[in-house]
Amino acid sequence: MAITACSEVADAADPSDAAGTIALAGAELRLDPAGGLFWPAERMLIVADLHLEKGSSFAARGIALPPYDSRATLMLLAAMVERWRPRAVVSLGDTLHDRRAGSRLGPAERDLLARIGHGREMLWIAGNHDPDVVPELGGVHLPELAVGGLVLRHEPRAGAVREIAGHLHPVARVVRRGRAVRRRCFATDGRRLVMPALGAYAGGLNVRDRVLAGLFAPSFEAHLIGGARTYRLAHHVCAPDR
Amino acid sequence: MTVLDRQSATDLPEPFRSWFASRGWAPRAHQLALLERARQGRSTLLIAPTGAGKTLAGFLPTLVELAERPRNRNTPRPPGLHTLYISPLKALAVDVARNLERPAEEMRLPIRIETRTGDTPASRRQRQRRDPPDILLTTPEQIALLLASADAPHLFGELRRIVLDELHALAGSKRGDLLSLGLARIRALAPEAQTVGLSATVADPDTLRRWLVPQNSREESGGDGEMGDLVIAEAGAAPELSMLDSVAHVPWAGHTAKHSLSEIYALITANTTTLVFVNTRMQAELLFQELWHINELNLPIALHHGSLDVSQRRRVEAAMGEGRLKAVVCTSSLDLGIDWGAVDLVINVGAPKGSSRLMQRIGRANHRLDEPSRAVLVPANRFEVLECRAAMEAVRAGAQDGAVERSGALDVLAQHVLGMACAGPFDADALYEEICSAEPYSALPRKDFDDVLAFDATGGYALRAYERFARIRQMKDGRWRVANPMVAQQYRLNVGTIVEATMLKVRLVGGKARYGGRVLGEVEEYFVETMSPGDTFVFAGEILEYRAIVEDTVLVVRSHAKEPKVPSYEGGKFPLSTFLAAGVRAMLADPARWKSLPAQVREWLEIQRWRSRLPGREDLLVETFPRGGRHYLVAYPFEGRLAHQTLGMLLTRRLERARLKPLGFVANDYALAIYGISDLSLAIRQGRLDLGDLFDADMLGDDLEAWLAEAALMKRTFRQCAIIAGLIERRFPGKEKNSRQVTMSTDLVYDVLRAHEPDHVLLRAARQDAATGLMDLKRLSGMLMRIRGRIDHVELDRVSPLAVPVMLEIGREMVGGEAADALLAEAEDELVEEAMRGDHRVQ
Repeated sequence: MAITACSEVADAADPSDAAGTIALAGAELRLDPAGGLFWPAERMLIVADLHLEKGSSFAARGIALPPYDSRATLMLLAAMVERWRPRAVVSLGDTLHDRRAGSRLGPAERDLLARIGHGREMLWIAGNHDPDVVPELGGVHLPELAVGGLVLRHEPRAGAVREIAGHLHPVARVVRRGRAVRRRCFATDGRRLVMPALGAYAGGLNVRDRVLAGLFAPSFEAHLIGGARTYRLAHHVCAPDR
Repeated sequence: MTVLDRQSATDLPEPFRSWFASRGWAPRAHQLALLERARQGRSTLLIAPTGAGKTLAGFLPTLVELAERPRNRNTPRPPGLHTLYISPLKALAVDVARNLERPAEEMRLPIRIETRTGDTPASRRQRQRRDPPDILLTTPEQIALLLASADAPHLFGELRRIVLDELHALAGSKRGDLLSLGLARIRALAPEAQTVGLSATVADPDTLRRWLVPQNSREESGGDGEMGDLVIAEAGAAPELSMLDSVAHVPWAGHTAKHSLSEIYALITANTTTLVFVNTRMQAELLFQELWHINELNLPIALHHGSLDVSQRRRVEAAMGEGRLKAVVCTSSLDLGIDWGAVDLVINVGAPKGSSRLMQRIGRANHRLDEPSRAVLVPANRFEVLECRAAMEAVRAGAQDGAVERSGALDVLAQHVLGMACAGPFDADALYEEICSAEPYSALPRKDFDDVLAFDATGGYALRAYERFARIRQMKDGRWRVANPMVAQQYRLNVGTIVEATMLKVRLVGGKARYGGRVLGEVEEYFVETMSPGDTFVFAGEILEYRAIVEDTVLVVRSHAKEPKVPSYEGGKFPLSTFLAAGVRAMLADPARWKSLPAQVREWLEIQRWRSRLPGREDLLVETFPRGGRHYLVAYPFEGRLAHQTLGMLLTRRLERARLKPLGFVANDYALAIYGISDLSLAIRQGRLDLGDLFDADMLGDDLEAWLAEAALMKRTFRQCAIIAGLIERRFPGKEKNSRQVTMSTDLVYDVLRAHEPDHVLLRAARQDAATGLMDLKRLSGMLMRIRGRIDHVELDRVSPLAVPVMLEIGREMVGGEAADALLAEAEDELVEEAMRGDHRVQ
């Protein structure tokens, strides 16, 4: 097929030609298939819901999940920073899974964080899991951020537009030929956007769920995170859970 | 009565001799043999057909011992259990207890007999710990629970005998692993206890004999291991076995045997009680429905399979016991179970898939030893005719399927080790030695044990981050104990090895109602996952329309559709056994033996021989041909559906890499067909595709790894291992969290662990499972080795007769392939097409 899907803008000169492009309230944004959002005009990389140390949080309750989740999540972030070389990195809250998670970060994870933050601004927006300043993260902590005509915050606000938020961990499900695929996704109607969770152990909420679908105009889209690129699907192509 | 019987009857002490005589019975030779072995203090395996008084044989030594126990009030009864009976089925334990109480009562033996199952009230369970009965009848899970408590030495210390019923059904499974570990502990608590194994005929009794006694490490005993004695009961009359030679056209494919329906109905009508076995729940549903369509006499015919509501299954079993049913259509759910005397015919619809299972099923008819069991095989398609014929020959020769070689599962071991810590502090060296005395674990490397121990303590990760959250800890004296009482509580909730797929209730509602209505049973979540509202499927004997899912319930309404829309429901499908596969191959390769086949089938094979070639006994026949604008490659390995599916996955990956553009594949038990856009015959002729390379065993290296990284079946297997090992908790109904945001998905855990510690003990356990189970890797690799240099390629101009059955599966079966991204791309393209379509404009 000769037609190229809109989210797969092929720009041979771009080192990140796997990334799709969308417009949000006039701003041009690139969707990284690792789960982050790059805003070229601001040279800003946006991520959400890292839920660092979720594994050790479970371990404290007797469920010894593999202790590599923070590392896996930060490696994704590090790769995106490498790819886009942003001036600033913004994390839209729930960066840490619980209030004491910062103190549980291991030396390797702290090194990764330092590498990611080296030579750029790190902006940590407060989430419901991490409402307080976390000294281990360094950088700047703030409740929300207004930049370039958009508001970046953790929890999407009812009726808001020109907003990029996290918190809801959107996923979309596609059923074809007797098989179902469920993937994390960006959800947007062109006026506001909800980011996928980046955390390795973060679960997901279906975009067809009332809570998520209710945020958008009826004709919203999901951009699913595939292996090598994102896939743009209309909401009606996505199936509800089960 | 034979001379032997009469003579040995004198060996039976009073009051047993009079009791046997009063009933007009003579003790059978094997019953006395078991009594004799018990007096010598030997553990013994008894192999006996159904109806041979197997259970009484197992209990006779116990009854005699207890009867001889001094009845003096001044001699206190020993405080613990005397005999433990363990059965794979709760219902069987209850039934056996009932059968045991009668002789005990009639002989006025001072014996207390009790059962203990999941249904036993908590108050009685507590009392049983304090004041144990003489004989306790129970299941493997209950044994694990009893052993994981501080009471265990008190309970089991005086134990004299352990009776393991239907041992062949437990050994070789994870449940068997758990039981074998429990036995090792019981033997440590009661070294004097004898073990009696009761089993149907098996191919390799030595494995079961090793089960009964502690194993020394393999090196010391020279490789054979210690074995219990063996007693083989006189075989019953040979079964009367026939194949239904249907007058109708034998179908090329399919599994419903619709063409033989009226003949099946006639058989049911002509007999007292018939068990109709099929291989899958779907087949059971369809056949049941079809039978009722033609049930002019209104015969009481019932349905029984593992997904039906428990109370409904119990009702069917009760009605069967009372002789009120004419027939039951059932799956392997009735392979085992309590005896129904009235069954006089077994019909097996579809291919039997294995000779051992077939013999077990035939044994369900007629429990009188001296009369032959009667069974009729009904093949549903042409390949099944061959398979039925091979199975009949195997049954006549008494040939069993070989057991699949496997070693004890590591996830089960993790559960057991934690349970042992709950019982009290243990020394790691001593526990390791105890575990190696269990047959499935007799070759357990110390490293695996240490890894399991580390897993139980802190997750066993190379990155030691969880020391302070340990579940079990080492004390100053080096022994291990549980870190806190919560651990024992978690263990008790998690015990057992049966991990059900997440099940959803099926509730029949009227019209628009969302609540109320009757629960029909349960279906696997993944079955519903691919359905859309309005789709129809067959369940509980009717065609239902899927409406919605509310929490853990699938809401359905009755449908007026004639045919269900969603066909595939494979619950309980077995692959063809290696043994029968060899039988089918041998028959195909030897036209002299086709005489016994129906004329239509013979003709089919004759034309295959003329148009293409016949698969050789040891060769792999590969045909390539074009059809309808596509190109096909059909191979005939006869290694069963699971191995073929794995092979299909790997071959399509290889063809993709060779840019030969495969589109998909389908597999059945006998063959697999790959289809695509490129001309494979041409590619082979031009030397661009070498079949030797394509089928090279090295596909089980990197290609397998790459596939496993994203294979859904690995993730499912991992989830089961993680639950059994106690990494994550079982999901209990009602306890389930509503929001998916907080539900921990084991898929995510799998991805992280695989990326960061691919050699972790749980991943090893999952690999081992998948290799023997869902992927059948052992069989696949055996086949690839066998056919090296023996590929017999035929280039055809059109489809061959032998290829028709598997070709007919295309479109009927789900298409294989794991490339999830391809699916997403397809969905995206639909959107683009829709956007670019110029049919109308919206203002």
